[in-house]
Amino acid sequence: MSKNKEQYTWKELEIGTIFTEPGNTAEYKTGDWRSQAPAYNFERCIKCGVCQLYCPEGCIEEDADGYFVANLYWCKGCGICARECPTGVITMEEETE
Amino acid sequence: MGEKVGIEASIAIAEAAGLANPDVIAAYPITPQTHIVEHLAEMVANGEVNAEYIPVESEHSAMSACMGASATGARTFTATAGQGLELMHEALYIASSMQLPVVMTVANRALSAPINVWGDHSDMMAVRDTGWIQIVVENGQEAVDNVFCAFCIAEDQRVLLPVMIHIDGFHLTHVIEPIILPDREEVQKFIPPYNYPMPLDTDRPVTMGGVGPPTIYPEAKKRQDVKLRAARDVILEHWARFTKAFGRQYHPVERYRTEGAKILLMTMGSMSETAMGAIDKMRDEGIDVGLLKLKLWRPFPFEELQEAVREAELLVVVDRSISFGGPGGPFCSEVKAALYNQEKRSKVIGLVAGLGGRDISVDGFVGITHRGIEIAEKGDEQVLETYGVRE
Repeated sequence: MSKNKEQYTWKELEIGTIFTEPGNTAEYKTGDWRSQAPAYNFERCIKCGVCQLYCPEGCIEEDADGYFVANLYWCKGCGICARECPTGVITMEEETE
Repeated sequence: MGEKVGIEASIAIAEAAGLANPDVIAAYPITPQTHIVEHLAEMVANGEVNAEYIPVESEHSAMSACMGASATGARTFTATAGQGLELMHEALYIASSMQLPVVMTVANRALSAPINVWGDHSDMMAVRDTGWIQIVVENGQEAVDNVFCAFCIAEDQRVLLPVMIHIDGFHLTHVIEPIILPDREEVQKFIPPYNYPMPLDTDRPVTMGGVGPPTIYPEAKKRQDVKLRAARDVILEHWARFTKAFGRQYHPVERYRTEGAKILLMTMGSMSETAMGAIDKMRDEGIDVGLLKLKLWRPFPFEELQEAVREAELLVVVDRSISFGGPGGPFCSEVKAALYNQEKRSKVIGLVAGLGGRDISVDGFVGITHRGIEIAEKGDEQVLETYGVRE
């Protein structure tokens, strides 16, 4: 699928709603499920990457400065990164939207 | 052209399924469908049918195996009845939603409890919303003919939906009657080669039955409903092809002696044969009564029904199942719904009869018709009556 699922009309769906492109679940915005989002205090960050290892969604990316940041398109706000961070960089904050 | 032979309907159905050259058969035996799958298993074991026969541990597995086979592009056949159809229930939705054109004969059977292996339409009605095409036949010849038609319809690229052929348990499955079985060449000429457009293939991977979140599910269901409704034209087309090839005709709403009939009896399945006898008898007595036999239950033939009842004043609809606590039998409810928005509409009286294999004789149908007239005259249309029940 070349465009987001939310844009498809019923006429554009494949036979039996078959998905023809491998890996298309990446289009699915699981970030919609989130009620809390991670907030970062990078002053305490030792760039160990433990948060990335534990993230069940696999949505934590290393930025240009070597910090690890959740991609909010997929982050479901489970808080595991905040719990596992050895130096307490991450706190979970209520989503306001 | 094949010969007319005296044969049990179930055996003839199995022969027909074999002639259709299926790739995979997965089934679990259950009364009264047993003879169909036993005979198919024999034919596969004897090398007469070149198919993979998968003996499974339940009907749920039978349908699941059929779906897996169908997803690879295999021509797939199965059969079940009653409780077996119910055990398949959740898988039925998946087969139709994934557009896997499995063909299945259902030997219509009552549902437990009390345990009852005899024929009625409870199983068929319980699966009416599963998205399958449902053809209802009244004799062995119609069953055989519609096995061939079902493969054509199901596998048609414009349809790609599974098809059930409903054959009343015992009243039809276990009856020996004269049936014409066509030659293999004739059948092969009639059923086009099957090519599923997007089969499971490691060189061209696809995902079937993936997650459909709220962002896509309504679109998927809308598409499914449109596809099933649109299948009607293709069904008619293949029935017409069948008539051209073999001479016998099929129609979603078949009429028997309806000329000038102010009263129409409406039936489905094997009881239609007996009902015709009752119509003859009542016509001889000077009653203006005719018979409508519904052959296509899904997609429901709204237009044909509305056309067929245009001149009638009273419809007496015979249901062979009950919708407990509901507005009557499912057949009657749908007939009423189909006519509700018509400017001029007939009175519709529903009677439930023949549950759990209880026989309805010719005189029974005469009695049902008269009771229908009586209820209509009293204006007692909301009464739900089970005909012939001991008070």
